[in-house]
Amino acid sequence: MKKLFTKIVSVALIASMMGALASCATKKSLTVNKGKLVMATNAYFPPYEYYEGTKIVGIDAEIAEAVAKKLGLELEIQDVEFDSIIAGVQSNKYDIGMAGMTVTEERKQAVNFSSTYATGIQAIIVAEDSPITDIDTMIGGDYKVGVQTGTTGDIYITDEVGDERVVRFSKGNDAVLALSTGKVDAVVIDNEPAKSFVAANEGLKILETPYAVEDYAMCINKNNTELLNEINKALAELTEDGTIAAIIEKYIPSNG
Amino acid sequence: MYNSILAHRVCLALPAWLAKLKDEFYINFVAEDRYKYLVKGLWMTLKITFFAVLLGIALGVIAAIIRSTHDKTIEEMRPGFGKGLLIVLNALVKLYLTVIRGTPVVVQLMITYYIIFASSTNTLLVAVLAFGINSGAYVAEIIRSGIMSIDNGQFEAGRSLGFNYIQTMIYIIIPQAFKNVLPALANEFIVLIKETSVSGYVGIQDLTRGGDVIRSRTFVAFMPLLAVAGIYLIIVVFFSKMVSILERRLRNSER
Repeated sequence: MKKLFTKIVSVALIASMMGALASCATKKSLTVNKGKLVMATNAYFPPYEYYEGTKIVGIDAEIAEAVAKKLGLELEIQDVEFDSIIAGVQSNKYDIGMAGMTVTEERKQAVNFSSTYATGIQAIIVAEDSPITDIDTMIGGDYKVGVQTGTTGDIYITDEVGDERVVRFSKGNDAVLALSTGKVDAVVIDNEPAKSFVAANEGLKILETPYAVEDYAMCINKNNTELLNEINKALAELTEDGTIAAIIEKYIPSNG
Repeated sequence: MYNSILAHRVCLALPAWLAKLKDEFYINFVAEDRYKYLVKGLWMTLKITFFAVLLGIALGVIAAIIRSTHDKTIEEMRPGFGKGLLIVLNALVKLYLTVIRGTPVVVQLMITYYIIFASSTNTLLVAVLAFGINSGAYVAEIIRSGIMSIDNGQFEAGRSLGFNYIQTMIYIIIPQAFKNVLPALANEFIVLIKETSVSGYVGIQDLTRGGDVIRSRTFVAFMPLLAVAGIYLIIVVFFSKMVSILERRLRNSER
């Protein structure tokens, strides 16, 4: 009796496994979760992505929303560490990564990038009375530079001044907090979040000379070229009809 | 001749997955000297842990002695300055234990870094203080349980031999208590080593953050994470071995 029961259970188990396998093989969906566009971001990067109440808003969030609408998908935003976004996209945890992410050669080897939807500038934030007046004094002196781990700011600065002088934080605002308490001498971060951080913290300023100019794009799994094409098509349409310009204008007024 | 060529080709072609692993190993650890992130991180983790353990033991022993002295003697004490002082100290220690054990270590670390020592630029010191103070609370309870586990007869024997309270504690009670609590104490330090992995939150480049940095450069999760996990495991296994040797040595006195 007991044996029979074991047999029945094991047969049922195997059958269900096969079923699961079969459904895996046949179901080819455009995205990780059918009907959903899962976007990974690091929501401490105003005005591209930040929390308003419990909701993640910002330029990236709105553009993703518009793209998802074009593709007939429902947008789902997940807030993760910036340095986990590409790995997550590679392992199909998320469909797209969109976090004010700059297109670089190294990243291109790991993921595909959509067409560029915005340009960013790497800016340098310092204390108002700081002896650092431009990039060269920052790089030349013995200053500690705060960055967000894995951002282009981190990568450029590490190349320029060496690992010893780079202090890496999980979030951009932690780096700025460290700057305002004097733990680091400068912070290299994208210009728009830099403006928000400087506005929120007294005694800080952005150096007039930008550190680097770069292009923002979404990253997509290398194997999912279908989604890449769809997204690029949607982005082109949204650029054409002025939606993207309007979204950027809403968060970064050009006369301000 | 043909055979050897075949063998050669098989040898080259066979491990495609091995070649991939080799490539991954190269880009994660060798290229641009990335292994240095792990070496430096490991050194930082060891420094933080070492000094935090020392601070934790010091704080823990003091707190444990105050707590157990209070619990053992307060009822028989004559009213006076000594009694009042003990009551105040005991209350302070209890507050310390409650606050530290009631809040997550990563929050304590950030409070220490951003609020209490906001003006200090010595991040190592901040981390040692945060983890040491945290560990002290747990060590205190472990040591207290050891002190309380020693029979009162030992205490009375010490006093009748002419030792005063402090001498009895130092020469008779603490050595025996230490032997009893050693496994629990070792456990606490193993936990502490791994707890330091949250140091990255305040910009400290510890072992975990070292792995994170590599991960952020190579976009591969597999090797950096496994390497970091492996290194922690090796440290803990080594440390456990040391503790078990110490335990065996201490047990020699039982014969």
